[in-house]
Amino acid sequence: MRKIWWKFLAAGLLLYSVIFGLIGEVPRQPILNETIRNVYFHVPMWFGMMALMISSLTYSIKYLRQGQIQDDVYAVEYANVAIVFGVLGFITGSIWGNYTWGDPLPKDPKIIAVEVGLLIYSAYFVLRGSFEDEQKKARLSAVYNIFAFASFMPLVWILPRLTDSLHPGNGGNPAFGKYDMDSNMRMVFYPAILAWILIGVWIASLRIRIKLLNNYLQENI
Amino acid sequence: MQEIKNLIMKDIILEWRQKYAFNGMVLYVVSTVFMCYISFKLKTNSIEAITWNTLFWIIILFSAVNSITKSFIQEKAGRQLYYYQIAKPSSIILAKIIYNFILMIFLGFLGFFIYSVFMGNKAENLWLYLLSLTLGALGFSASLTLIAGIASKSDNTAGLMAVLSFPILLPMLSMLIKLSKNAMDGLAFSSSYDEILVISGIDLIVITLSYMLFPFLWKS
Repeated sequence: MRKIWWKFLAAGLLLYSVIFGLIGEVPRQPILNETIRNVYFHVPMWFGMMALMISSLTYSIKYLRQGQIQDDVYAVEYANVAIVFGVLGFITGSIWGNYTWGDPLPKDPKIIAVEVGLLIYSAYFVLRGSFEDEQKKARLSAVYNIFAFASFMPLVWILPRLTDSLHPGNGGNPAFGKYDMDSNMRMVFYPAILAWILIGVWIASLRIRIKLLNNYLQENI
Repeated sequence: MQEIKNLIMKDIILEWRQKYAFNGMVLYVVSTVFMCYISFKLKTNSIEAITWNTLFWIIILFSAVNSITKSFIQEKAGRQLYYYQIAKPSSIILAKIIYNFILMIFLGFLGFFIYSVFMGNKAENLWLYLLSLTLGALGFSASLTLIAGIASKSDNTAGLMAVLSFPILLPMLSMLIKLSKNAMDGLAFSSSYDEILVISGIDLIVITLSYMLFPFLWKS
């Protein structure tokens, strides 16, 4: 009970954010109308992806410093779940974009950034697939993970702010928080972010446990 | 310092002795430019400014990937082991980056010269264009050297090299294309400070990371 309280928290918050995300009061914006509710689902995916990528990065650094193979398992699984979140964010975003911007894939620096991000992490898995030796695989992919993360960051945080973007908060567009979101929405939005991050960590931790058990079985039988 | 200098000299002498590899790289650039000339300039006799710029950067990108791939596979594993005994990994990576930087500067400037002879020179602010070329050469050489180090450990070096490096180079490439577009429009230096700053920042990050991460690669 002591260690699993956050799982109840995640489930509760998720339930809360789904229910109140669909029935709660939202302000009526010109083009957005009711689609503004997608904020509760689309944006938390990005927060979840970033959080998982940062976890993956920290475990890669930890592996390089201490050389324990289980840190590598952590890094891979966090990256795996981060990709799933990225794909989900991509899908929810393009559905949303289809109805508000009139195009599921408009020319937008943030969309390009996330496509590149998915490419980078796919390359990470290709790299892992091309080595047999476990320690070698772990070390090389940890190096690539750190390197890729560092060159991915300017793409996400700096470049969109230099060019025009359809997304709020970039290229002179004000961020959502400034005027679209009222306090009702924030009451749902922040818990939704926390819930999705926790869910991501939960999924990753399950996968990590399975993988570690598999490793253990392979070594001992 | 002396160690780095010696390692760079070693690479240059090695390159000089086996000229075929170097000639191959030069020929790669020349024939790619010529191919673009045949397919764009001769067919339609006109090329838009944006296409001109992008095409040039793609040529540079491919020749960079192609020439830096062999940084670590050109020498046999036994000799690598020998370097491991006598030199610090940090000086090896710095030497390789500096050497590849010199190589990329040479290939880039040569490519630009040939490209402007064949396709016409559309860069109005030539100095800014050459500056973007230099910054690009620095960034490409730093990031590709580390990735060549990673890819050289696998059996499928060339394929892995492309897969690993393209997504990483994309942010840099898009900034470089933007900066060189400014140069083509003849804008003054002062109007591109933002881009120059961002590219130099990315270059700095990439060099520092290569320097920090290479010792871990070298061990295996």
